[in-house]
Amino acid sequence: MSNDAPGSATSDRVTDFERAQASEPFQRLRKRHRSFVFPLGVAFLVWYFAYVLLADYAHEFMATPVFGNVNVGLLFGLGQFVTTFAITTWYVAFSNRRLDPLADEIRSDLTSTGHAARSER
Amino acid sequence: MIAAAVTETTSVGEPLLNIGIFAGFVAITLIVVLRASRNNKTAADYYAAGRSFTGPQNGTAIAGDYLSAASFLGICGAIAVNGYDGFLYSIGFLVAWLVALLFVAELMRNTGKFTMADVLSFRLKQRPVRLAAATTTLAVCFFYLLAQMAGAGGLVSLLLGIDQAVGQSIVVAVVGALMILYVLVGGMKGTTWVQIIKAALLIAGAFIMTVWVLALYGFNLSELLGAAAETGGEAVLSPGLQYGLTDLSRLDFVSLALALVLGTAGLPHVLMRFYTVPTAREARRSVVWAIWLIGIFYLFTLVLGYGAGALIGKDTILAAPGGVNSAAPLLAFELGGPILLGLISAVAFATILAVVAGLTITAATSFAHDVYASVIKRGKAEPGTEVRVARITVVVIGIVAILGGIGVQGQNVAFLVALAFAVAASANLPTILYSLYWKRFNTRGALWSMYGGLGSAVLLIVFSPVVSGAETSIFKTVDFSLYPLSNPGIVSIPLGFLLGFVGTLTSRTLENPAVAAEMEVRSLTGFGAEEATKH
Repeated sequence: MSNDAPGSATSDRVTDFERAQASEPFQRLRKRHRSFVFPLGVAFLVWYFAYVLLADYAHEFMATPVFGNVNVGLLFGLGQFVTTFAITTWYVAFSNRRLDPLADEIRSDLTSTGHAARSER
Repeated sequence: MIAAAVTETTSVGEPLLNIGIFAGFVAITLIVVLRASRNNKTAADYYAAGRSFTGPQNGTAIAGDYLSAASFLGICGAIAVNGYDGFLYSIGFLVAWLVALLFVAELMRNTGKFTMADVLSFRLKQRPVRLAAATTTLAVCFFYLLAQMAGAGGLVSLLLGIDQAVGQSIVVAVVGALMILYVLVGGMKGTTWVQIIKAALLIAGAFIMTVWVLALYGFNLSELLGAAAETGGEAVLSPGLQYGLTDLSRLDFVSLALALVLGTAGLPHVLMRFYTVPTAREARRSVVWAIWLIGIFYLFTLVLGYGAGALIGKDTILAAPGGVNSAAPLLAFELGGPILLGLISAVAFATILAVVAGLTITAATSFAHDVYASVIKRGKAEPGTEVRVARITVVVIGIVAILGGIGVQGQNVAFLVALAFAVAASANLPTILYSLYWKRFNTRGALWSMYGGLGSAVLLIVFSPVVSGAETSIFKTVDFSLYPLSNPGIVSIPLGFLLGFVGTLTSRTLENPAVAAEMEVRSLTGFGAEEATKH
């Protein structure tokens, strides 16, 4: 009743998604994903806005020379690039190692139990 | 005759050479598009390139989509003229990708088919949510398109020496017609190849110029900064030149920073690119490639911007026909004469053409797939007619973009891009995040958030100094500016999130928990995700 058009949501009714959702491996995957991306997301947003506010309201501090003509502001700005590249690399390593194997396992379980329904399509 | 003589003096380089190099680009990409279009049979082929691209290919195409003329010409110019404050833009544009990587890309790829609305309407009421998502998609694409088309006209005045409104309008029409041809014939596959070629050219061109500039200063960044400070004053090295003037302009910058960092993950033409790869893992790889390419490109623009400031100087740049946007082309001319200028100009044109093509196919897909097939035909459209509607929409959007682009000639165009980002962040991102991560989220929350975010962002812009009451406004003589900032983000983005929250809590209708379970399981495991088509 809530879905009045046959969209992507109706593809696989035979698979019991509620049971799959409640299963231990899926809950483990969900927790692992969220406990990685949420804190990391908060961290990089805090660091980004701290930088924005410093650049916006602390001009003197940002203009402090460090070496040659390079000042604190430029180093902090380049620091944003470094942290962005680092977080990207870290997330990919984490996903490859901790998320993908578990997701593959759950997916192949679902595919084998829902096999009869899927082969009709 | 007099007009011709005037344009002769204001243009740099040789217009014929510029046109020739650009024609070469068009010829090569057209051949590629024609070859790529041979397998355009089904909707998945036309909208999502048969999901056959690899992560690195798609990542390069994303960089091509993202690095618009605003990024290249705009940021180089902003750094050359305003120093450090121009650099702040590029940081916002880059950090924004982490939101897309960590929260959105893979889960979208796993649950959707062709459009953003596929994901947003997955577990909610199909028709109203799809219609809302299609509305915000079309709005973002429209503002972005207008900015690109207007940018094209402004660029011509400098590069081809065409100063009159008629000449600029013809160029806008040519850009529009070429774009229609690419998208009509090539579909998503052709468009993606245009993006890949363009991204490679743009990054290679910027790389050559960066090495060249650095070589002039003995590969010493500090020397380059010193030279920029010598011509532009010490202030270019630290923040504050553009946004530090008043308390209001500082607040405006916070608003802009918010829109930039949260807008990217809600841009429909970026989201749609995730469907051109076969799996969520490839979607992740695409974003990783995009982040590296975009980040490295922005580091180049830092060197180029300060290089232009040092070698050409703020006053010469501002006096040139293209104004701020002319910094990169002028620097190319200074370094490598007419040939390098011709190459860089052709790349800049290619940039506009490719971004416009990417936006058009997104808007057309959203209209055909979400509005026509799902809302009007209630999901019962013939498979062939949906793609036909998409192709007709491409032509209509192309014509609207040409007319709009001619209409906004000479207008303040930066606000159109900022508006597109602000609308994406206020209308799209809250609903995307809520529907992926909040179990209780429901239809009313989605509708309030999307329409509220879109409406508030557009209204605040209408009543901002960008539209009326200031020197740089569209209407200079009347003043109905009630909202003091030029970017709506600081109000409309929190409002979008709040409306989604309040709307959800005030609604008693419970959505189907089985579908919610299906969405969550599929989004995290990739079970039942759309697969690549085989040819």
